[in-house]
Amino acid sequence: MFALRRLIRFMVSLAVLVVASFAMIHLIPGDPIRVALGMNAPPELVAQRREELGLNNPLHEQLLAYIQQIFSGEFGTSFMSREPVGQIIVDRLPNTLALGVLATLVTLLVAIPLGMWAGIRTENGRNRGTEIGFTSTTGAAVAVPEFLYSIALVVVFAIGLQWFPPAGREGVASYVLPILALSIGPIAMVARLARVETLRELGTDYIRLARAKRLPEFRLYFRHLLPNTLTATLTIGGLLLGGLIAGSVLVEYVFAWPGLGMRMVESITQKDYPVAQAIILVYGAIVLVVNLVVDLILAKLDPKSMIKES
Amino acid sequence: MRQLLRTATGVIGLVLVTLTLVIAIIGPVIWGDEAEAVNAGAALQGASAEHWLGTDHLGRDIMARVLAAGQFTVTLAFLATAIGTVAGMVLGLLPVVLPRRLGRFVTSAVNALVAFPSLLLAMFTAVVAGLGARGAVLGIGVAFAPSIARLTQTLAASVANADYVAAARLLRVPRWRIATRHVMPNIAEPVILNLTTVLGGSLVAMSGMSFLGLGVQPPSYDWGRLLFDGFARIYVDPVVAIGPAVAIVAAGVGFNLIGEALARSVARTPARAKQGGRTAKAGKAAGSQPVEGAVLDVKDLTVTFPGAVTPVRGLSLTLMPGEIVGLVGESGSGKSMTANAVGGLVAYPGVVTSARMRLCGEELTELGQAKRRKLMGTSMAMVFQDPMASLNPALKVGGQLSEVSIVHQGAGPKAAWDRAVDRLGHVHIPDPEKRARQHPHEFSGGMRQRAVIAMGLMGTPRLLIADEPTTALDVTVQRQILKLLREVADETGAAALFISHDIAVVSELCHRVMVMYAGNVVEELPVAALATDARHPYTRALVASLPDMETDRDKPLASIPGHQPSPADVGAGCAFAARCALATDKCAESPPLDRTADGRAVACWHPVISKAEVAVP
Repeated sequence: MFALRRLIRFMVSLAVLVVASFAMIHLIPGDPIRVALGMNAPPELVAQRREELGLNNPLHEQLLAYIQQIFSGEFGTSFMSREPVGQIIVDRLPNTLALGVLATLVTLLVAIPLGMWAGIRTENGRNRGTEIGFTSTTGAAVAVPEFLYSIALVVVFAIGLQWFPPAGREGVASYVLPILALSIGPIAMVARLARVETLRELGTDYIRLARAKRLPEFRLYFRHLLPNTLTATLTIGGLLLGGLIAGSVLVEYVFAWPGLGMRMVESITQKDYPVAQAIILVYGAIVLVVNLVVDLILAKLDPKSMIKES
Repeated sequence: MRQLLRTATGVIGLVLVTLTLVIAIIGPVIWGDEAEAVNAGAALQGASAEHWLGTDHLGRDIMARVLAAGQFTVTLAFLATAIGTVAGMVLGLLPVVLPRRLGRFVTSAVNALVAFPSLLLAMFTAVVAGLGARGAVLGIGVAFAPSIARLTQTLAASVANADYVAAARLLRVPRWRIATRHVMPNIAEPVILNLTTVLGGSLVAMSGMSFLGLGVQPPSYDWGRLLFDGFARIYVDPVVAIGPAVAIVAAGVGFNLIGEALARSVARTPARAKQGGRTAKAGKAAGSQPVEGAVLDVKDLTVTFPGAVTPVRGLSLTLMPGEIVGLVGESGSGKSMTANAVGGLVAYPGVVTSARMRLCGEELTELGQAKRRKLMGTSMAMVFQDPMASLNPALKVGGQLSEVSIVHQGAGPKAAWDRAVDRLGHVHIPDPEKRARQHPHEFSGGMRQRAVIAMGLMGTPRLLIADEPTTALDVTVQRQILKLLREVADETGAAALFISHDIAVVSELCHRVMVMYAGNVVEELPVAALATDARHPYTRALVASLPDMETDRDKPLASIPGHQPSPADVGAGCAFAARCALATDKCAESPPLDRTADGRAVACWHPVISKAEVAVP
């Protein structure tokens, strides 16, 4: 039931996204083609591009054609490079996804144990030093944007120490710095959350009872504590994942990573609207799918969340 | 402001933000000319004594440009924040103003947008509004709006249910007026507090857009744009990127730390949980011999918290097999803390000391960790007040039971599960196979309490500690649980320590009663003597305050004048003296808990001895 409702919500959001990305080109003030090609472009070329995008047809026909395009996996042709946009996406999406998925994995695998450790260590206000160190470090780490992490990592590890390549995607080593740059901020964020959740759950009666049962610490923390801290942590973590995918745009740019984000930035600066439109749509769709999957996993993981929903 | 200065993070944040703002204000005035001074001869230099951070392609000093760019950067961040806040608050207040159906639509739209990464929204807006500072500021403002709208909505919803808003609604005050007059002033503070964080976020996001070449365009420059220029050269001169990078980090981190310190100072809740404690080694040598055959034998148990707070002071307690002992007293008398101390569950700053703490003949403080864990895990069972909270919501009930056998008795999963099902059936839970596979939320309150008791029966319980196990249940369920507890005690021969503030319940269930007052036992007596033959004035007053069928309902209920001293300020002498009608100067000395031949004990200089006993020669 919950899954169905959630699926409907997903479809609605997707529809809104499609309409929004369609509307983008029409919202540009003035003639988008003129804006894109510049004032000196020959009128024939402008007319040709207008025809290509179907901008002369009635709006509803354009929308219909746009939706058909999406279903057929075609997104028109780039203004600049004349490549088919569908091909650009097929070529570049895997690189972006690889970065996003790996960074997410790293984030969760590092942040949740870290937050739990900090929570257990600072329970009831003991180890004040750990608490202050943890909160101020993570507080500062959250505020530093990923593009600055990227630059710092490049300067230190690629240019200075020359341990990793500074740019491009060649071999395993080239993944290290982008993934690091992408996950430091989210790690700090999720670790804080995990700590707060851990502290809250440690105060509950069922943990008291589990302690009264004299369970070994490993079992107490990983079987009894962890599942209960995961719900809230993953809910925010899911939102974070969307942000992480967006953050990859900047990281890709610094590392000249051949992904969608890099191409999106290029297309926006070059006013290559068909490409920008399609990539924004793809990014949006990824975010929606990620949120859907996170919600479904949560419902499965924690039966309470379904009850809360209904 | 004073709140901010109390924490180190607040101070650091304040310093960084002040620095940023000062540079923003004076930057263009002092370094403006230098930042624009073109010197083709000195183009693209690295760091030097003259140009600390090098020069750009026109030979302009990068350091001066960074300092001069502060104003533009901060202004853009303020603009984006203003746009986001206004748009967000309007969006957030709309559900209050709009008709219900439309309002709900706005709410779900906002929720959908919040999940959408702000950078994508910003890029979308930037495409539409065109490249440049205007498009980027607008985009970032729009991108922050949904989260501010959500915050506003949450706050507005909490205010909207307040009485004064309901009253205004009854008086037919127009909706928009309710929103502006009643709701807005009451949610302004948290929204404004949130602004510092948004400001930091805007600054960083704006820099990001400029860094990608999607924000500020030359000849204008902000920190992001300077970083964009420097980035192209970092392979040759990494130093040229340092200036703008440090500036962005300092400002971003500063605003964030302040926002955090502010949020914390508002929501300062000392979240003190109740366990995780530590038991100190037995203090002094045992004054007397351990009691033979006792299940639990505690002597001079004291629990202290920092600040000389002593909720339990020198308490002694002995439980024989099969005995059900009630521990009664007002709230704050230290009953639950005693249970926690015996169960080894006292909170971290608390320190537990005792001269003797023997469970089943073993001194717990001298036992190795593994042995203590096994002994306590299998022979001691605890039941807490709130059955809704004491089972783990994420785990199946059967699994929570069976793990006791798996961990402590080395049982296999299958055997442990079978025993769990058996135990659930034993506490009269119908259809135990099915129930074991369910989660706690599928159980009723009474059933959960049964499951907790069943959990205690997984091992070979010798001691059952029940801390107000029926308080959270309704009366009929209460009876069933009491009956079950008695059944369990009779059948297993375990001793039970039953903690309650309800004398009626205690007198029904227990064999022996211990009355606690201000952290100590003041009287110990058989349950039969409780109603008519209590010796301590406090016990008598406690019993007298209990209404029964013969209580004259026209008179106010009897109560004990005065208050029980808090665990922080129990003085010397009898703690009850201040409230006692029989108190004399003698009561300034602490009365010992004197044990009499009939197995009773009372800590009082002036015990009330009933006539029947006085008559005995």
